[in-house]
Amino acid sequence: MYTDQVMDHFTNPRNVGVIEDADGVGEVGNVKCGDIMRIYLKIEDDVITDIKFKTFGCGSAIASSSIATVMIKGKTVDEALALTNKDFVGALGGLPSVKLHCSVLAEEAFKVAVYDYCQKSGKSYAGLEGFDPANADDDHHDHGDEDEE
Amino acid sequence: MKRVYLDYSATTPTKKEVLDAMLPYFSEVFGNPSSIHGFGREAKKVVNESRATIAGFMNADEKELYFTAGGTESDNWAVKGAAKALKNKGNHIITSKIEHHGILHTCESLEKEGFEVTYLDVDGDGLISLEALEAAIKPETVLISIMFVNNEIGTLQPIKEIGAIAKAHGVLFHTDAVQAFGNFKIDVKDMNIDLMSISSHKIYGPKGIGALYIRKGVRLVNFVDGGAQERKKRAGTENVPSIVGFAKAAEIAYRDFDAHVEKLVALRERLRKGVMETIDYCKYNGHPDQRHPGNAHFAFEFIEGEALLLSLDLVGIAGSSGSACTSGSLDPSHVLMAIGLKHEIAHGSLRLSVGDFTTEEDIDYTIKELKTIVERLRMMSPLYDKVTGGK
Repeated sequence: MYTDQVMDHFTNPRNVGVIEDADGVGEVGNVKCGDIMRIYLKIEDDVITDIKFKTFGCGSAIASSSIATVMIKGKTVDEALALTNKDFVGALGGLPSVKLHCSVLAEEAFKVAVYDYCQKSGKSYAGLEGFDPANADDDHHDHGDEDEE
Repeated sequence: MKRVYLDYSATTPTKKEVLDAMLPYFSEVFGNPSSIHGFGREAKKVVNESRATIAGFMNADEKELYFTAGGTESDNWAVKGAAKALKNKGNHIITSKIEHHGILHTCESLEKEGFEVTYLDVDGDGLISLEALEAAIKPETVLISIMFVNNEIGTLQPIKEIGAIAKAHGVLFHTDAVQAFGNFKIDVKDMNIDLMSISSHKIYGPKGIGALYIRKGVRLVNFVDGGAQERKKRAGTENVPSIVGFAKAAEIAYRDFDAHVEKLVALRERLRKGVMETIDYCKYNGHPDQRHPGNAHFAFEFIEGEALLLSLDLVGIAGSSGSACTSGSLDPSHVLMAIGLKHEIAHGSLRLSVGDFTTEEDIDYTIKELKTIVERLRMMSPLYDKVTGGK
């Protein structure tokens, strides 16, 4: 069902935790759908020096959060904003189609965190132009087949 | 790695005794029961002996039991067959919100053909209300279909009382007894059951074989058309080895009934107590005592069921969950919604079902591993932060 990379990031997730004095925090998803992702950012001179996450969700939601933090950490904000969910899925060696929304959540949680940073710092980034966190909670689920017994 | 199978409600291993009983019916006694020659006659004989064996365990006549390809086919046949046979009398069916998809999707299919279906609510323990059932009966009602035991939360319905209401109103009563047969004593006459679905692979028999009990005098439209097998009601060459296996499994189930139930209840209670005592923010679902002997159903707050199942699988433990992420749909299972669980709690659901090969060591190992896994997932959960203050 899942690739080795997904299982690796699920069983040994990188960057789990909280940054108490975060420069930006983003949370997307809702309990109704069964996945919530929260990302904390530390930003210095437009570089993401630290990133942590907390996720309530399935294996692919946790793995998507983990791989996203690994790929984002150390990049400039502009470089990181250029990453999309497809990059995370690629790095995980793929996700089942019904789980692709998990990778979208990771991308959006990061963008919401950067948006939060922009609100606090007065900065703006081209990669965030037109981004509205109010739309980030939209449902990205696909309906799949039900497993039966 | 230690492997612990706690998903007996999904399926059971075929017992050695059952397999041994089946083996001669592949290559030695292989005739087609419909053939008039000796090869056919010996196959026919064992099919009917098997039928009588199984019918005996529900106090039915052997002529009232028809073999099918499994519980889902039996459900389809009973509901569609009764509805269509009685469509001149009425077009209304009563069922519950917690039925197996074999019933629910069959009812939805009939709704598209113009039938009207009432889906009864259940209470927090998963029980239907007998008053609500009686109130739902109309002159057009032709069938009541209520499951004997729920497959997710294990709740046992008051079948005899439902049968009495159906009888008093002259309405047919079908019950999906797939999880009940072999785990409860069933008497179709005493319980006023007109139609009943059962399955072999839930009771340590082979997969792909089930049966429908049809009370003498009840007419159904056929579901599988073709040859004259099963008294012209269910076409297709009989699955002789599996029929033999099903009968042997039923025989063992009722031969060892008391020991089986006692063992499962003891293991299930050990599991329930162990989990409830060691893990906080956990809810035990289903009726406290009117339930399947092997079923334990938990919901852990702040975590998601698929992550839980994956983690358990990594330490060799097999369970199941009604979380949306395990079904690929948006919502958690319809059963968990029907008993009134909030989405966030239902997403953290875990069904562990014990069986004849479960040991106390399996249970203790599971309790220990489960505690570690739940803690690990909670440490990653932003919802748990809100409880612990992020510490």
